[in-house]
This record gives sequence, C-alpha cells and structure tokens, in this order.
Amino acid sequence: MTALDSPAKPAGASAPSPTSRRGRRRRATALAPRDKLVLGLMLGVPSLLHLALVWVPALGSVGLSFSSWDGIGGFADIDWVGFQNYVDIFTRYPRFWPAVQHNLIWLLFLLVVPTVAGLLLAVLLDRQLRFGRIYQSALYLPMVVSLALVGFIWQLIYQPEQGLLNNVLGTASTDPVNWLGDPDINLYAVLVAAGWRHTGYVMLLYLAGLKSVDPALKEAAALDGANAWQTFFRVTFPVLKPVNVVVLVVTVIEGLRAFDIVYVINKGRNGLELLSVLVTDNIIGESSRIGWGSALAVVLLLISLGFIITYLFQVFREEERT
Amino acid sequence: MTRFSAGTHPLLGRRALLKAIVAGAGVAAVPGLAACGSDGGGAATDAVSFGNNQSDQVPKDAITAVLKAFEGESGLKVAINTKQHEQYQEQINNYLQGKPDDVLSWFAGYRMRFFAEKGLTGDLSEVWSKVSGGYEPALKEASTASDGKQYLIPFVQYPWGVFYRKSVWQQRGYEQPKTLDELVALATKMRADGLVPIAFAQKQGWPGMGTFDQLNFRLNGYQFHVDLMAGKEDWQGPKVREVFDTWKRLLPLHQENALGRDWQEAAQALQQGKAGMYLLGSFVAQQFKGPDLDDLDFFPYPEINPEHGQDTVEAPIDGFMMSRKPANPEGARKLLEYLSTPAAQLAYLKADPSQIPTSNKADTSGYTPLQKKSAQVIKDAAHITQFLDRDTDPRFASDAATNGLNAFIQNPDDLDSILKGMADQAKTIFSE
Repeated sequence: MTALDSPAKPAGASAPSPTSRRGRRRRATALAPRDKLVLGLMLGVPSLLHLALVWVPALGSVGLSFSSWDGIGGFADIDWVGFQNYVDIFTRYPRFWPAVQHNLIWLLFLLVVPTVAGLLLAVLLDRQLRFGRIYQSALYLPMVVSLALVGFIWQLIYQPEQGLLNNVLGTASTDPVNWLGDPDINLYAVLVAAGWRHTGYVMLLYLAGLKSVDPALKEAAALDGANAWQTFFRVTFPVLKPVNVVVLVVTVIEGLRAFDIVYVINKGRNGLELLSVLVTDNIIGESSRIGWGSALAVVLLLISLGFIITYLFQVFREEERT
Repeated sequence: MTRFSAGTHPLLGRRALLKAIVAGAGVAAVPGLAACGSDGGGAATDAVSFGNNQSDQVPKDAITAVLKAFEGESGLKVAINTKQHEQYQEQINNYLQGKPDDVLSWFAGYRMRFFAEKGLTGDLSEVWSKVSGGYEPALKEASTASDGKQYLIPFVQYPWGVFYRKSVWQQRGYEQPKTLDELVALATKMRADGLVPIAFAQKQGWPGMGTFDQLNFRLNGYQFHVDLMAGKEDWQGPKVREVFDTWKRLLPLHQENALGRDWQEAAQALQQGKAGMYLLGSFVAQQFKGPDLDDLDFFPYPEINPEHGQDTVEAPIDGFMMSRKPANPEGARKLLEYLSTPAAQLAYLKADPSQIPTSNKADTSGYTPLQKKSAQVIKDAAHITQFLDRDTDPRFASDAATNGLNAFIQNPDDLDSILKGMADQAKTIFSE
C-alpha cells in the first residue's frame, strides 16, 4: 500500500495525470499479492529514482540557499547564513528585479503570441489546403533546431549593418537599429525569435487536437445553423480543452527554462537578464557563490511552483466535479 | 580574462555548463564529481602530467613543442591534458579539487592567491629558491601568496597600452599625448579628421575593465587600485566617482555601440585605419599581420595625476602552478624549473610574439620592435598590476564589475545607482 501511495505524489506533481487517484486505489485492493509485488516494484523503482534524481537535488539546492559557500571543501566549509542571501538578492542585487521582470514578460509573451498564432495556423492547415503538408513541415521546422541555433540564425537577421531586417527596412546604411544591442528593445527582438520557434510547436499540438475532433460535432453545429465563428468557439475549441492544457504546460515550462538563446546572444547581459542566467553566472566559474546561486534557483523554483500548483488545483477540482 | 576567445565556439562550453549546473544543483557537495582531471599514468616517476589551457592551435602547438624539448632534456614523459580556454577557467574549481594534473596553467595575482590560500595548489618556494635570480622582484611579488610563499612560476606577460598605427599618425602629424588634456585634444582632432578617436569594444565584458584600471591608477595610484580590488575601499567613494567622471568625459570620444562589439572587431577598426587609437593589451597584435604588424606601436596611458605620473603599468602574467598532491612531485618541480628558463619561454613566444618572456635573462636580440617596447615599458614601471578580473575576487569581477561597467557604458547618467549597486555587492561579497 505504501509503495502504491508514494508514487502518486511525484507523478502528479511532474506530469498531468488525468486518471483519478481514488479509482486506481480501489482497484489495487482487489489485486492478488503477486500483482501487488509486481506493481509495487514497477512503481517503487521509478519513484525512488525520481526522489533521488529530482527531489533530493532540489531540496539540496533549497538547503544550500541558506549558506555562503564558494564550492571548495566539504560540508565543514559551509557557512550557514539563514535568509541573508534572499535579503541581499531582493534588496542589493541590481540584476535581480530586471531578471524577474524579463522572465514574466517572456512567459506572458509566449502565452499570448505563439499560442494564438499557432492556433490560427493549425485551424488554417486543418482545412486541407493544397500543399498543406509542406506548410506544416516548414512551420514546424524551427522546433527541430535548438534554441542556441535559433539564436545564431536570428543574430544574422538582427545584425545592425549587414543584417537582413535593417536592410529590408532600408535603415541599414542610414540609421541602423541595434536590435540586440539596445537594452530597451532587445528582449522583444529575442522574444520574436523564441516565439517563432515556439509557434510551430503549438501549431502541431493544436493540429493533432483538431484532427481528433469528431466531424459529426461540426456537422451537427452546422445543421443547428451555427456560423463558422460560432462552430469554432462554441464547439471545436471547448473540445480542444485537453490540448489547451498541454499547450499551457509546455509554454510555462518553455518560458521559465529559457536560457540558451540569450546566453548565445550576449551571455544574458544588458537587457537580456533571466533568472536562469543569474543562477548560471553565480554557480559556474572559478570561485562560485553556491549559496547565492541556489537562492536564485529557489526563487525560480517558487515561481514555477506557483504556476504548476495553480494549474494542478484547477485540474483536480474539475476532475472531482466530473 | 578570456582573451583567446577568437576561434572558440560558444556551444563548446555547453557541456561544461550542464555539468556545472548539475554540480551546482546540490550534488556539488560531492567533490570532484564534475572534475575532469586526467590521471594519465601520473603515478609513474618518469612521467609528469600537464594541464594546458592554450586550446587554440598555434599556442597549443607552441607549448607542446616546449614540453617536447623538456622531455628530451630531462628524460621524463609529459602527458598533456588540454582544455578549451574558457572551459578551463570555468572548471578550475572542480578541477583543482578533483584529480588535477601535476603542473597546470594559471594566472598571477588574486586569482592565484585565492587557490593557494585554500590549500588547493602546492608550495613552490623550493623551486623559487633556485630560479629567483631569473625574475625581477615584482614578478616574485606577483607569485607570492599572503603566507609569504610562492605558488606560481611566471611564464609570459604582456602590457596594456594605447595602440596606434605609426603610418596613420605620421601622415596626419599626430603626436603622443603626455597628459589627459593632450589625449582629449588629440582625440578631438581625430574626430574632426573623420576618424573614430578611440576604438572600443565591450561585448566580451572584460575589455572595459582595462579602461577603468588605467584611469583608476593614473588618478588614484597603485595602492588605491590594490585596496579597491581587495574590497578595502568604497565603490561609492569620491575617488571611484572621479574615475567614472573622467571616463564619462572621454566616452563620447570612444567608438559607439561598444557593447555589441568584440575586441577583435575594434582591433580591425584600428588595423583598417578607421580608428586612431585603441587601449588594449599587446595581444591586439594578433589581429595584425606582416607590414601591418610592423606599423603597430603603443605608448603607456598618459599621466592624469602628477602625483602618480605613469608609474604603474598593467601587465598580466600567465604562469604555472603545481597541484597540491602531484603524482610526481620531483618531476613537477623539474618541469616548473624548466618553464622558468628563457629558452622555454622564447620557444613558446615564437608562435605568439605579442607577449614577452618573464625571465630577465631572456636574450632580447631576437625581439620584434613591439616586444622590445613592451619589455621597456614593463621595466620602467614602478608598479605592475594584473588586471581588474585578475586582481579581485572573481565573484565580484564576473558579475558586479562586468555588469556595472556595462550599465555605465550604456547609460553614463545612471552613475549614482550603478555605483550604489557595485558598492552594495562589493560589501556583500567581500564580507562573505
């Protein structure tokens, strides 16, 4: 029983598991002892791995965030400083608040622009256009490329003098816009690049969802006299709800783990600060500030948990209702 | 300082990054997990292992040739373990705690002292007692930690100065400025002549530290530089303020959009005659070939405060340390002794004549004019500094200093809040 209980928590926390816990438990009691053993092993081993590889390091980070340690020596060399790191980060670290702000802008942007664009593209592609497959592949292609490479590609586009964008705008020779160098606009320039990649992903998810919508539903709506807008918003979109949830989760993860693209462009300085960059800057290097970096990582963890817990609450509440 | 980054690919560092993230995510408590030290048969007494950070082909071949010569002379085998230059620095912490090579590359100054004082590198006073005749006192001082023992064998060094093309200056009749006012006057004239007066690049985050250092020790002197770097002076104080105010006055004479430019590109501007001068280390010569190289010259930063004149030169020293428990201590000491000889240093510099040997016994007859000048400038100086990021706590240099300078260059009018941020962070870091 205990072996069956423990995995439910991590599984629920890490991935959306729509199967109700209560139902599974009721069935488990009816199992033969041998089945219980097999199930126990199959669930127990992954849970142990999960605990050892995810939760122990995570809690280790939380623990280290109360310390001041340069990464040299063992536990004896660690000074415990309580909440000092957090106090200093909140009050004295000039890069912290900009990073939080950029992370939130990043998240909001990804939640709005690529999601809407991806949905629109998916709906268009779902109409069996000619060459639909080609558009589909072309739009999905950026997703295959790593974010670091996306960074390189867009650096070529944004380059002030030789870049594509300024030349198309005709400003390259007169007054080139420094897209990636100007801290007032570079975040948005990078977001366009990140969104460009993310749109293809969202599109594919919605396209898969749309393919599985029963055509009979649309027919019925049409028979009842609904127009195209009404059919989409009242019938198709509600049926897509599971896909919406997946898109939301994927986007939140993508938004909070963003790192490589800004690191490639300018090491995350100068208007492109993100929490992940600050964590890296403080932990990696010849004399790192493990405690300080861990405290930043915990802040990032709390922000992520905020989103994930809200989302899980929603899902479980609705499941209990149904 | 990441000056050899010319040919490196940012992606190469990712593996190291990921490793270090894993290490940082709480597993860091297990020492040596992410260490990549080679244990290449170092246990045998006829072999020495050597940690090399010269990953670019030309310097790598040069150091390999030096070690080959040592093998021939001593009968010992040297196992070379080369790591990408930036990666080497990022991993040094784990590397030294894991299984480091017997002899390993590093830098003089605070960066050496930091690890020496943590007991992570070996005492070299014994080697120094044999080789000290080959070094000037300033070099011994730069190799000595706070316990009075030496932990580094200096190999090569290079001065920072204001570089220019002789032909361009001759053609326009420019003359070397002796004071700050003359520098401003010259730069203003250059601008009127359609040149970018002072080439400038800060994309890599460290070149601007050179400008700060020069202004700081010209205005406030060597001792203030040392104390400021050690966290004993206030970044919000009037002396630092004056440095930035002076810089602010000069900033309009610098190349614009510095934050988006590599030092290599700024050096190109100088090389193409678009820029009049460039304050950088003599490694700027790596961007000059053939006749262009002969045309390159430099002068020490002009005097600002007569009290200090031009008494300080920034001349970072690269050298070698010994790990705390070398597999072959005898061989390691022999190798270090060999690396202190002029023969070894000159052999290495054949591949990179932008630097000079640290040994005072080196035969100067084969020097290029630039090397002769570098040696002279270093010899004339009463004090030698390493560089902001070599003289101070790396935790301060890599984050607070880099981002503070960037913010200043971006928006010089925000000086008050920038200096407050730097001062606050210095207080936190140096009290840890």
